[in-house]
Amino acid sequence: MSTTNKRILEPVTVEHGGGLNIAETLKMAADSLLANRVRSFLTMLGVIIGVASVVSLMTLGNGASNAITNQVAAIGTNSLTIFAAPPNRGPGGSASSPPLTMADLTAITAMKLPVVGPVPQFSTAAAIDAPAADKTASVIGTTAEYQQVQSIVMESGTFLSADHVRSSASVIVLGAQLKKDLFGSGTAVGETVRISGKLLRVIGVMAAKGGGGFGSIDDQAYVPIGLAQLQLFSARTSSGQLRVNTITVSVIDAEDVDFVQERIEMTLRDQRKLNQDGSQDDFSVINQAAFLATLTQITGLLTTFLAAIAGISLLVGGIGIMNIMLVSVTERTREIGLRRAVGAQSRDILLQFMIEATVLSLFGGIIGVIVGSILPIVLTAIGTLDAPITADSVVISLTVAIATGLFFGIWPARRAAQLNPIEALRFE
Amino acid sequence: MNMITIEQMTKTYRMGSIEVHALRGVNVSIETGEFIAIMGPSGSGKSTLMNMIGCLDTPTTGRYALDGIEVASLNDNELSAVRARKLGFVFQQYMLLPRQTALANVEMPLVYRGIAGVERRRRAEIALEIVGMGNRMDHRPNELSGGQQQRVAIARALAGSPSVILADEPTGALDSQTSEEIMFTLRQLNREQNLTIIIVTHEADVANYADRIVTIRDGVITDDRANQRGNA
Repeated sequence: MSTTNKRILEPVTVEHGGGLNIAETLKMAADSLLANRVRSFLTMLGVIIGVASVVSLMTLGNGASNAITNQVAAIGTNSLTIFAAPPNRGPGGSASSPPLTMADLTAITAMKLPVVGPVPQFSTAAAIDAPAADKTASVIGTTAEYQQVQSIVMESGTFLSADHVRSSASVIVLGAQLKKDLFGSGTAVGETVRISGKLLRVIGVMAAKGGGGFGSIDDQAYVPIGLAQLQLFSARTSSGQLRVNTITVSVIDAEDVDFVQERIEMTLRDQRKLNQDGSQDDFSVINQAAFLATLTQITGLLTTFLAAIAGISLLVGGIGIMNIMLVSVTERTREIGLRRAVGAQSRDILLQFMIEATVLSLFGGIIGVIVGSILPIVLTAIGTLDAPITADSVVISLTVAIATGLFFGIWPARRAAQLNPIEALRFE
Repeated sequence: MNMITIEQMTKTYRMGSIEVHALRGVNVSIETGEFIAIMGPSGSGKSTLMNMIGCLDTPTTGRYALDGIEVASLNDNELSAVRARKLGFVFQQYMLLPRQTALANVEMPLVYRGIAGVERRRRAEIALEIVGMGNRMDHRPNELSGGQQQRVAIARALAGSPSVILADEPTGALDSQTSEEIMFTLRQLNREQNLTIIIVTHEADVANYADRIVTIRDGVITDDRANQRGNA
């Protein structure tokens, strides 16, 4: 019994209109979420996993996509590659196509197109014997212009010269990895290797191009085309022609690519006695730029696909938020009734629950971005993949996370706001 | 001056196809500074009348004026605003937010009136001192006894300087000793602060603290008399 205090509370004079401001509501949401730490964290977990997978998959997808397109772009987007296979079948697509021959090459050369080349390639897998080691590798017979068409940089020595090619000299140029396999860290230029019993002098080693994988230029060896066709291997077809696998030209001006491609197709149809309408084509001309565009499209699609899968987990996270918010509304029915009784408007309750859902999803999103960045950053740091975190993946996933919170928060919040205060107060 | 004027108030609920006439024409006037008890058995319309006085619901027909405001025709948002400014509620189950301190609980209603943080805190502290809880402001409800929790709830009703404090079975969850203390506190508030206090109860002992006892039965006021003991 200590209520002898005579202080009197004067009437409230300074007050704003009904309704809460955002700062008060944010503080209320923070209090409420902090009061239920474990539940808040578990609710966020769905969003964290969703956002983390969106960020990491989008980033890794972009990284892989860039790696692939860079590798293709390195070949040169102005180049046209011709091989024996009907169009739309890809290299080696048909065994029935008669091979490209030196006669086809001569026909293209005779056109005097605005190109570097044409450069023939005749490749065979063969055992290369060095004094200390031996290795089976792809040995490619080609011409001097191959260096320019493929933008090859030499680490030591020189590439094949026009003289070497004309005289079918017994010389060989080694890819960086192949040189390492055959000669280790020692010098290779000036040494000899043996292919099909013939001694070849190493005149150059190419700089590593990297990229690895199937058919890497670093694992290959280059010899004059005549040497490969006639002396090391046999390129004779049954009709006595000399076979080549591919013919490459590098168009000097990018604007001429389509024109050159058309002219080559026409010439080859004449040369190979095919209809000019293209219906009988048994060769293909691959436009590197078009190939790159297709490849970019495919990898872009792949990235989108990965992001969509990750998006599903974000959706599940959103449903998790909705679920917990609905439980929370039921659990706090009496609190809602009390707040309504002391003067909270229906929109104050709506705002309170919406902000709780949004705060949960925003913080879940931020933690998700951090967690999702770990894998790409580690992979980039150790050099496996160049996958920088892009602003758009962060912005997109945060936006989606907040939108998820708002979208899945709105139903529980509306339920809370529409509770009848009398019934809410009586709720047991 | 009349704080509350109720004329010919009716309330009809529809439960499926059955109409329930909870109030059948209630007339009552309450003046500023009165300490009044509304009594009645369960099903008498007592709770419905309390909800009407508390602006939690509107009558089907009839008039209700609270401190000069005609309440019967207000919409939901306007009712919220009237509750925030004119009324202080005290509930049987205290209804404190379990994870918040006494001070935060008392401040809570003031948030909805847009009163700034510093002023909110000042008013909450004074209200807690008035009910004798000035030394337990930082305690959470689970660290307080039932009587102490109800004192915090009274402070919460008090903090916004309401026109009327409406107490629904304020001692229903308390033992008789504590009940007496709470009723004494309410009567003191009425005397010292000239606060209009309405107690809704079915217990004659509790009603007996009031200066006036209104009895409701079957949706109409059956008895309305001054209470001598309460005036003592």
